[in-house]
Amino acid sequence: MDTFTLLAHGFLVALEPMNLFYALVGVTLGTAVGVLPGIGPALTVALLLPVTYKLDPAGSLIMFAGIYYGGMYGGSTTSILLNTPGESASIVTALEGNKMARAGRGGPALATAAIGSFVAGLIATLGLALIAPTIVKFALSFGPAEYFALMILAFMTVSAAFGDSTLRGLTALFLGLALGLVGIDLQTGQARLAFGIPDLLDGVEVTTLAVALFAIGETLSVAAARYGGDEKIEPVKGSVWMNREDWSRSWKPWLRGTIIGFPIGAMPAGGAEIGTFLSYSVEKQLAKKPEEFGHGAIEGVAGPEAANNASAAGTLVPLLTLGLPTTATAAIMLAGFQQFGLQPGPLLFATNPQIVWGLIASLLVANFMLLVLNLPMIGLWVRLLSIPRHWLYAGILVFATLGTIGANPSTFELGMLLAFGVMGYILRRFGYPIAPVVVGLILGPMAEQQLRRALAISQGDVTVLVGSPIAIILLVLAVCAVVVPLILRARGKGKVLSQLAANED
Amino acid sequence: MRKMLLAFAAAGAMIVSGSAFAADYKIMAPAAPGGGWDQTARTIQSVLQDEKISGSVQVVNVPGAGGTIGLAQFANSAKGDPAQLIVGGYVMVGAILTNASPVNLSQVTPIARLTGEFEALVVPASSPIKSMADLVEKLKSDPGSVSWGGGSAGGTDHITAGLIAKAAGVDPTKVNYIAFSGGGEALAAILGNQVTVGISGYGEFESQIKAGTLRIIGISSDAKVEGVDAPTFKEGGVDVAIQNWRMVAAAPGISKEQEAAISADVEKMVKSKAWQDQLATKGWADTYLAGDAFKTQLAKDTEATSAILKDIGLVK
Repeated sequence: MDTFTLLAHGFLVALEPMNLFYALVGVTLGTAVGVLPGIGPALTVALLLPVTYKLDPAGSLIMFAGIYYGGMYGGSTTSILLNTPGESASIVTALEGNKMARAGRGGPALATAAIGSFVAGLIATLGLALIAPTIVKFALSFGPAEYFALMILAFMTVSAAFGDSTLRGLTALFLGLALGLVGIDLQTGQARLAFGIPDLLDGVEVTTLAVALFAIGETLSVAAARYGGDEKIEPVKGSVWMNREDWSRSWKPWLRGTIIGFPIGAMPAGGAEIGTFLSYSVEKQLAKKPEEFGHGAIEGVAGPEAANNASAAGTLVPLLTLGLPTTATAAIMLAGFQQFGLQPGPLLFATNPQIVWGLIASLLVANFMLLVLNLPMIGLWVRLLSIPRHWLYAGILVFATLGTIGANPSTFELGMLLAFGVMGYILRRFGYPIAPVVVGLILGPMAEQQLRRALAISQGDVTVLVGSPIAIILLVLAVCAVVVPLILRARGKGKVLSQLAANED
Repeated sequence: MRKMLLAFAAAGAMIVSGSAFAADYKIMAPAAPGGGWDQTARTIQSVLQDEKISGSVQVVNVPGAGGTIGLAQFANSAKGDPAQLIVGGYVMVGAILTNASPVNLSQVTPIARLTGEFEALVVPASSPIKSMADLVEKLKSDPGSVSWGGGSAGGTDHITAGLIAKAAGVDPTKVNYIAFSGGGEALAAILGNQVTVGISGYGEFESQIKAGTLRIIGISSDAKVEGVDAPTFKEGGVDVAIQNWRMVAAAPGISKEQEAAISADVEKMVKSKAWQDQLATKGWADTYLAGDAFKTQLAKDTEATSAILKDIGLVK
């Protein structure tokens, strides 16, 4: 049987009324937990695992898949409206999305996130069905040296999130890198910068830092500004829906985000965040109006959101083909498979095709359901912003605190949340961008571990870092990302750049 | 309000269990959702409830630092409370030592070892290493040339690698161990030919071994394991046997009677068909060991682990 026949059989499974119901429950639950910061899809699936034991395998896996996709989507809502990223993969969305929401364009921001997620989910799920073996081969060719090169590329391009001053951006980045050093070093098992405090042994949680810097820091600076001397939040300006310009500015970022996110999601050490960083900087480089970045550019929401969802589908590639769980949610889904005596891995496609294809088909169904459920909700969501400010920010504070406590019931974690919140306020007060702090915390430890692994395996030979074509290409791209804009700017004062962007059409 | 909710929950539990006297338990999984300890805790939860051994069982996750954060919290807050349990395992023994944890396993009441998993040593199918003897030879000629991919430093995988080197007469500090965080990163590195050998729980590699993409060159059990087509380390000429076990412990400061009651509940659970079915589907070996026998074994494990961690150079 060829792929399409198998997929058609899959749809027969997915479209059974009971399975449709499970998918609906899954995406609804998933969206809900995605909206709540701290409670991620991993915890939800873990909680539901014992419940689903009594369901049939297809039904429960379909529900898990719905939760997974729903969670990935739900995170964008709070990022855009409340500047409170519920998970690390939606941090980038907050950068432009929240600026849009404040300018009364929350509707189009949410819409481009929803449709972008749908497009990316659709393409990436088809990718999972059709080219999974190829993608997995590509992902496995990444060793520590190649990952390190990828991290360097991410570091170089992420300066797009620096804002106007490079010095301030770098300062913020190094703050994040320093925080990234805290905790037990994976390679030696020794504690660093933990000061004998057991709670610091596992390092600083990315979501705690992100929620603190974004939500708490912002609440503090709003409170400090007293009578709202700064910009006013307009709940809705113009249409709630995307206009023609929004569409024409969104569709290419959706596709590019998908192409970036899918393979990175399939990489065991990639992580959804890297895809969103890269997508954001690509969009900034290619945008016709790069000056809008930092002030609510729709491309900066469309691209990263697509990348985020595409990488969620990417994660399923190694899970289904190799039995390799690359995220916490995937690890629990693996446990779900095993609960039914299924062993994901090279043999799964051969031994249980009806389940695999039922799952893939139901991912497509779940993806469509998400769109149908969420588009009509947008009008309701943006009304959140018309809540009087003091109530809105009090609500955000409660929300952020509950989320952190929900994820880790520890008073120390709560203390860290508040301390970082104050840090976020100070950074804002003195005009330092906050995104690079979070970026440093995410990328720093990854880059360090990969570099040390690469050097340990080569027994100290540094040439290993440029020992493969992939690593060389990535490093050359990284150098280009820094050098080319400088040259172009020096020669034509930006004219060539904008021309290049114009030629893209 | 809260009391009312609790009362409702209790009433509900009684109706479900059909017995007003079944004990209620609160189990701490000192790890994030999804890991082995979390799965163990949730399996205990479902079996205790399904078998009506307990009316209501709650699982709480306190992740961090190889379980030592959860352990410290448990030892302090659960003191004298016979309704609280904690799941733990061999990894905790190592983590307590490497993190210089102020709380150790002597500060809780170990009830029983429940499950165990043996360590498997694998190489990519294309590797020139065919047997333990080949590996020992390579290790002896240049210890640094063998890179070992496994879980975090100081964990069971690292300890096993150190023990193998030591038994083969190679300086354990020379072991070129590459730590990968969980979630299959190590498996990916082995499949991608990034490291020489992989070492981890057998379950992590099982499907790859069956598919022929990885070759197993040894397993860390004392005797051959049913369904695993591989020699033990001992048969391969390296005198090492180790298992990554998981256990359940009760609070410190409980009375002998309370300890006996919990032990009886756990024994009932382990003997139930539901538990055995769960073990089979999850691929966990039943290594149930309770009472003083377990306590003696635990002391032995702690001592041996401490020695090897010193040999590797992780604990001073």
